[in-house]
Amino acid sequence: MLNNRKFYVAGFIVSLFLAGVVSFYASSSPDGLEKVAEEIGFIETAKENTNADVVLSDYGTKGVDNERASVGIAGVIGVLGTAVVAGVAFKLIARKPRKTKN
Amino acid sequence: MHIPDGFLDVQTSVIFTGLSAAGVAVALKGARSQLDEKTAPLAGLTAVFIFAVQMLNFPVAAGTSGHLIGGALAAILVGPWAATLALTIVLLMQAFLFADGGLTALGASTFNMSIVGVWAGYGAFLLVRKILPKSKPSIPIAAAIGGFVSVPMAAISFTVQYAMGATATYSTTTVLGAMVGTHILIGIGEGLITGLTVSAVIASRSDLVYGWKNNAKSLEIRNA
Repeated sequence: MLNNRKFYVAGFIVSLFLAGVVSFYASSSPDGLEKVAEEIGFIETAKENTNADVVLSDYGTKGVDNERASVGIAGVIGVLGTAVVAGVAFKLIARKPRKTKN
Repeated sequence: MHIPDGFLDVQTSVIFTGLSAAGVAVALKGARSQLDEKTAPLAGLTAVFIFAVQMLNFPVAAGTSGHLIGGALAAILVGPWAATLALTIVLLMQAFLFADGGLTALGASTFNMSIVGVWAGYGAFLLVRKILPKSKPSIPIAAAIGGFVSVPMAAISFTVQYAMGATATYSTTTVLGAMVGTHILIGIGEGLITGLTVSAVIASRSDLVYGWKNNAKSLEIRNA
């Protein structure tokens, strides 16, 4: 049994490593839905994403030419961003009001 | 399985945005009564881990890749309500920060992954858990099967949306066959990752795993 601190630090480091380093080795083939859409033909109805020009579009960092760094930075930002958003959201959700018991 | 803008018509996008909003509202209520100070951090970490692993597309067949959805995984780790919320947070981050998945299709994608993926995976997990011996090693096995089942179920859910309001006119049965066939393959990867992750968490902190705690508890008090 790991103590709380060790467990969460380990989980977070594993996530950072996967998104920041291992992601470079991910397959760039189309995913299941995309592939099916290509084969059948309805991929043609896809429109470009309304926010396709965001800085981290398609898990690359704009202005960073090195591919390994580009995807790595995007992954690390994603992990940190998700940690902040999910961390705050679940903390608020779990907070029990003192007076009224749900 | 992130749907791009344009695949579905406006009406269908609106319907599924409404359904997802309702599903997330129910999940919020469920999570509020289930999560506490001890389990909330695991829900956060689960969202983070799923975001990271969703970046790791693995090859499944010639020219096709798949990645973890994580619905079953999240449900087993933190319970289905918190899982729906965790997946929804991941999808929101992906759509807004990384332009992965269309914004108008976000409701439909959320429905397929955060609701169908979570609940189909969790349902299959519960069924298998019931059949297997009530011991720790059964949990990762049931989790793997839950993960496996969740992916074709989400693919079927997309096909329903396609049938309801695709902008394209290719036959639904063709889409159904291709979606299910491809996603059974991807489901194998989902099952493996789900089983391995659950077994790692069980080995280090079984006290935190919803799908195990909740089983151990039902041995003492029968309130089914």
